[in-house]
Amino acid sequence: MKGFLKRDDDFAERRQHLADLTDEQLKEKFWSLVEEIVDPLMELAEKNTSPAIERSVLLRMGFSSLEAKPLVDGAADRGLVGHGVGHVVYRIAKEKNLDIRTAGLELIEGKHWDDAVAIFKGGAK
Amino acid sequence: MLDINKKIDVKEILKDLENYRPKRRGWTWREKSDKQVYGPFEYTDMSTPLKNYIGIPAAQYFGNIDPQPNNTITTEIASGRFEDDIRRMRMAAWHGADHIMVIRTAGQSHFDGLIEGTPQGIGGVPISRKQVRAHRKALDLIEDEVGRPINYHSYVSGVAGPDVAVMLAEEGVNGAHQDPQYNVLYRNINMVRSFVDAAESKKVMAWAEMVQIDGAHNANATAREAWKVMPELMVQHGINALYSFKAGMPKANIALSTVPPTSAPAPNMKLDLPYAVALREIFSEYKMRAQMNTKYITSSSREATVTHVMNMLISRLTSADIQSTITPDEGRNVPWHMFNIEACDTAKQTLAGFDGLMDMIELRNEGFLRDQARELKERAVLYLEEIIKAGGYFNAVEQGFFVDSALYPERNGDGIGRKIDGGVGAGTVYERAADYFAPVTAHYGYNNVAQYDENAVSNPSTLIDGCTFENADKIIYIDELDENDNVNQRMAESEKYRGEHGESPFVKPEVQWLGDGVVQVEILLPLYLRGAQYAAIEFAKKMNLKDVEVIHIEQMHPTEGTRVQLKGVLDFDLDMRTVEIPPEPEVMSDDEIREEFDKYPVKIVAGTVGEDEHSVGLREVIDIKHGGIEKYGCDVEYLGTSVPIEKLVDAAIEIDANVILASTIISHDDVHYKNMKRIHEYAVEKGVRDRFIICAGGTQVTPEVARANGMDEGFGRYDRGVNVATFLVHKGREKRGQ
Repeated sequence: MKGFLKRDDDFAERRQHLADLTDEQLKEKFWSLVEEIVDPLMELAEKNTSPAIERSVLLRMGFSSLEAKPLVDGAADRGLVGHGVGHVVYRIAKEKNLDIRTAGLELIEGKHWDDAVAIFKGGAK
Repeated sequence: MLDINKKIDVKEILKDLENYRPKRRGWTWREKSDKQVYGPFEYTDMSTPLKNYIGIPAAQYFGNIDPQPNNTITTEIASGRFEDDIRRMRMAAWHGADHIMVIRTAGQSHFDGLIEGTPQGIGGVPISRKQVRAHRKALDLIEDEVGRPINYHSYVSGVAGPDVAVMLAEEGVNGAHQDPQYNVLYRNINMVRSFVDAAESKKVMAWAEMVQIDGAHNANATAREAWKVMPELMVQHGINALYSFKAGMPKANIALSTVPPTSAPAPNMKLDLPYAVALREIFSEYKMRAQMNTKYITSSSREATVTHVMNMLISRLTSADIQSTITPDEGRNVPWHMFNIEACDTAKQTLAGFDGLMDMIELRNEGFLRDQARELKERAVLYLEEIIKAGGYFNAVEQGFFVDSALYPERNGDGIGRKIDGGVGAGTVYERAADYFAPVTAHYGYNNVAQYDENAVSNPSTLIDGCTFENADKIIYIDELDENDNVNQRMAESEKYRGEHGESPFVKPEVQWLGDGVVQVEILLPLYLRGAQYAAIEFAKKMNLKDVEVIHIEQMHPTEGTRVQLKGVLDFDLDMRTVEIPPEPEVMSDDEIREEFDKYPVKIVAGTVGEDEHSVGLREVIDIKHGGIEKYGCDVEYLGTSVPIEKLVDAAIEIDANVILASTIISHDDVHYKNMKRIHEYAVEKGVRDRFIICAGGTQVTPEVARANGMDEGFGRYDRGVNVATFLVHKGREKRGQ
């Protein structure tokens, strides 16, 4: 089929190390194993972002879904997503003395991207 | 404010939506009062009563009580037209649903962004801001009408999970499905993206105080032999539950979507109950959303209802914070209005019936149940151990651990495998740079706020004077994007039946959409199965139905008979102005009549008069066994059939009765009216007419003509004891000058 493992039920042998655990100990073991599986996933989420996350940030900053998409695409095209797309908008607003929405709408029009690249890729804060 | 006597005006709901703000956010559990009294009964597992409700049919025997179970009750609506779902929500709320789940259209999982506007869906609605806002606005009105908060539920999955989560949070949605494993296993969305996105979604949902339901029930529905997937279900629940908790959700808002894995004719209690016990022991800090089994649902609505009831026994034997209801027609079509109501009623009936069950019995703590529960837990632990040994979750998915059809640790090698660098959205995860920053509330993970303001670290959105979570006026509302596929177009098509404010004189049958014309017909044919199937379609066509389809067919015997249920479209409407509706006869309550008869005793002489041997109708009106007037506590002297007129009146004089009831069925040559006239005249001759209330009844009796022939009242074929008793009370009061 798909080349995945096939195995007969070896529960009787496999469970030997669990046999003497109390129900409470078994429950603790369950949760500590789940934690071992989940923790690296949490760390991944902690350190990474995605277009959907950035769009969700932009929504919260007061952009519509139709506006969030080109902003994220614009940042992705220029390798800026890792700085935060909301960050790009925020920074342009600050630099150009614009309110957040105006800054975002002007970026959608294609303005200010060179400045954004210079700011974020030039090593400046 | 809704008016109970008026249909909800969907146009009004859609008006001024851009300025509508939800009343509240967050989930609401049912309230439990200390003493739960409904009618003559005291309950232990019920919540506080509703202000407006419709009880189950048998409530009529118990003073119309409608005990509300302490579990939240879910109803799932999936018509694909949110405007028509609104009316069904109102019906369901009256029948006790306080968790409305409007199913999402097929295909939205792969839509990379929010859907805007109100396009029509398939098997659900496209979840959009306008749709969600309209539904929440309608529910804000409906919950006031029934007197209990109603939770609205939607979906946070797919490649646009975080976008959708934010939109739902802004719109006051109260609960949602969220489980990255669903994306990975069933929607083939890249697993790295799914987990990264999920943390953000969950953090947002936590801010909105939403209750989350996971997606593990899908493993049950997908597995080849669902009862073997139990160890994996515990693993899936565990991963999503802990991931959610670590992303910031309180455990009290994290609900497991749990399904009894199997169904009769399998010995389902033996398989399902140990699993339910094991699950609740391992997940004791989390909430349980009990779904009914759908894996083995068929087109038989009877069978689905029985499964539902058996599954609710497990809910009561263990626990269920949210009792889901699956409509009994789910196995044959998307749910119809009345089946949502049936499912809610089934839940109410069952849970009220099981009230106090666990005060009387307990589950055994040794033997089969305990051994099986323990074994399932151990199998789940072994499963987790092997995931870790394989190098973690992603590797385990790649190696086809999940949805394998064997009972773990047995493996059949037929699981669903996904590639870490494959699926929709692969390669779209970006590492956050040292200066990564997002000036918003409820953002998960690394966020270098301090680079701009040390004081804003715990509140990043202060840097932009608040985000939409603090200031809803910042939300940009989009109305429609598609000028052809939208609610206005759809409503224009059914305008004839909707009218200006939800009221129109024209009516058509419907099962899900206004004016859909769909009806269900049930026939039994003395034929073999396949013959019946095709013959039934021909019969339905001759009934003038269009688009006829067999929706359920069941053998009664290989040759003697087959039961067929069909649906079809009845392609005409009715102008209600042409329908003659007789005024509703006034009927007093049993208690009111009893009280009156107690104060002013009623003694009746009754009989069928003339040469007439019919006795059934009169006996039904009199006999306590048939709910007749005897039950109100009056004396009845029944003289039998073919009673001479004179004898009836003389007997009344002799026993000092105050009521004479004459039954007269034969109507040839108007003999029934002639008899009435003779009774009246004989009583007048005897000088006793004023002492009696004299009534006549029969299948051919018209009240007006009876009165014209000297009777105080006449009763026809549809009148029962209560109608006669109500009249006697009124007439008695009149005679006493009250």
